[in-house]
Amino acid sequence: MIKQLKKHAYLALLLPSLLISVSIVVIPGIQTVYSSLTDWNGFAAKKTFIGLQNYARLFQDPYFRIALKNNLIWMLLFLTVPVAMGMAMALLLLHRRRSRNLLQMIFLIPYVLAPVVTAMIFKNIIYSPTSGFLHFLNELNQGLSLKNPLTNKDFGIIAVAAVDMWHFWSYLMIIYLAALRQTPQDQVEAAQLDGASFPQLFRHVYLPNIKPTAALMSIMIVIFSFLAFDYVNLLTQGGPAHYTEVLATLAYTKAFSERRIGMASAISVVMSAFGLIASILYTRLTIREERD
Amino acid sequence: MKQSKWSQILQWTLIVIMVIVSLFPLYLVLINAFKSHADIVANPLSFPLELYWQNFTKAWKNGHFGQGFLNSLRLAAITALIVLTASSLAGYVLGMKKFRGQKLVHVYFLMAMTVPVQLFLFPLYGALAKLGLIGSVYAVCFIIAAVNMPLAVMLMRTFFMKVPVQIEEAARLDGASTFQLLTRIVIPMVRPGMITVAVLIILNAWNEYLISSTFLQGEENFTVTLGYLTLNGASVTFDQGMKMAGALMIIVPILIFFLSLQRYFVDGLANGSLKE
Repeated sequence: MIKQLKKHAYLALLLPSLLISVSIVVIPGIQTVYSSLTDWNGFAAKKTFIGLQNYARLFQDPYFRIALKNNLIWMLLFLTVPVAMGMAMALLLLHRRRSRNLLQMIFLIPYVLAPVVTAMIFKNIIYSPTSGFLHFLNELNQGLSLKNPLTNKDFGIIAVAAVDMWHFWSYLMIIYLAALRQTPQDQVEAAQLDGASFPQLFRHVYLPNIKPTAALMSIMIVIFSFLAFDYVNLLTQGGPAHYTEVLATLAYTKAFSERRIGMASAISVVMSAFGLIASILYTRLTIREERD
Repeated sequence: MKQSKWSQILQWTLIVIMVIVSLFPLYLVLINAFKSHADIVANPLSFPLELYWQNFTKAWKNGHFGQGFLNSLRLAAITALIVLTASSLAGYVLGMKKFRGQKLVHVYFLMAMTVPVQLFLFPLYGALAKLGLIGSVYAVCFIIAAVNMPLAVMLMRTFFMKVPVQIEEAARLDGASTFQLLTRIVIPMVRPGMITVAVLIILNAWNEYLISSTFLQGEENFTVTLGYLTLNGASVTFDQGMKMAGALMIIVPILIFFLSLQRYFVDGLANGSLKE
């Protein structure tokens, strides 16, 4: 028994990471799932168990519906715009040996900036109709009267997502580029000898090789689309009149401003559920790939 | 591949457009940081005629940058230390050992990578409030460490998987203890991987917003990005130049850090999602 224990003593090395993760993520996570079934306000000692009432109320809440719609818009935007930009630039950099590193570095600069700083730059110097770049465009052409897109009830969420996409797209480029570069060179050369055009080369040689990576990235995008928080909170705080609300900002307001922890927890559980479905797909895909 | 002149021109046009898109907002920050508010309103694209340094002193003072930079440094360094230590140990076991339940631990970290912060934020807030830890930079270090732990463990695992098993066996035959084995042989071999993880975690901790803005209450506990956010609050007069100067002061150190270690950074991004 002791010998057995000694043989597996190295397992203790897993403890620090597991302890930190379990105590900070898993245990409070379970508490959130439980809170979502109560009417807790965060202060009272009493938590009344109310079953699924919070969830039932959520789906009748108009702000929840707006938030869900915005998360879906967010997901569709991110699955197309940065994916296309990232893939196009990855292909353009693939055969540029001399300029590749420099361009890669330039494109990554927006990615390493803090969301707080990026959001404030766009809010102030780009989007501001009184002193930003938009103001300048309006002055330049008197017929033009561009308004702050962040306060538009229909396009506000797109204006917010645009800032996040500016920040995010080059991450995809790096991943795609790394995957493209792992394509076996003999396959590429064989296709070129056969006189394949670039679109043909992409479709029949590169695409099959990077497909697993591209699929993985798409799943990641789906997961993170339901978690979007920083840029919405920083740029519009869900306004005007909740038109740019997403699930994460709605949960945050319900918890910290309205003190309805039960309701906030229910929203968090819904967010996690979307993520969980994608996450199961992601995990299965990763493990299958490692086996191959 | 042979490409026509027109195709080359089209390709470079696209590249140049993306370079402009990436850098234009930062160019606006750079030139307007040195201009007065009136000059910016008149034309945000013009070069500064004289350097308006007051923007920087005003931003530094109003945004509490002195204290903020110290807090951000502390936050990033301690978080990186926690994550690096714990993830190296776990990565070693997951990457170099075989044991029952290994797959379970692996799947746990994979799943934990996508858990939303909101799922544990509210109970954690309650717990820390009870312990009187709201405003504690150290508590926030552990929370950000927990959020980054799964990615770090997965990265360290792939780096340890590249260490040949024979090395470990040979060292064992020479009578090396586990501690000697780790410090003298294995860790030097995975050092580039450790630097990669450190660079990623330092950047993540430095840029973090949701957790630090929730838990770091009280101006003396603000990180530099939270301090910068107060420049945009209602209490400060509307001053575009000051805001741009503040942004520039935060951007420059992070750019220097990124540019000097970008090789490791790119490596970390690519390894985090690619299977070799």
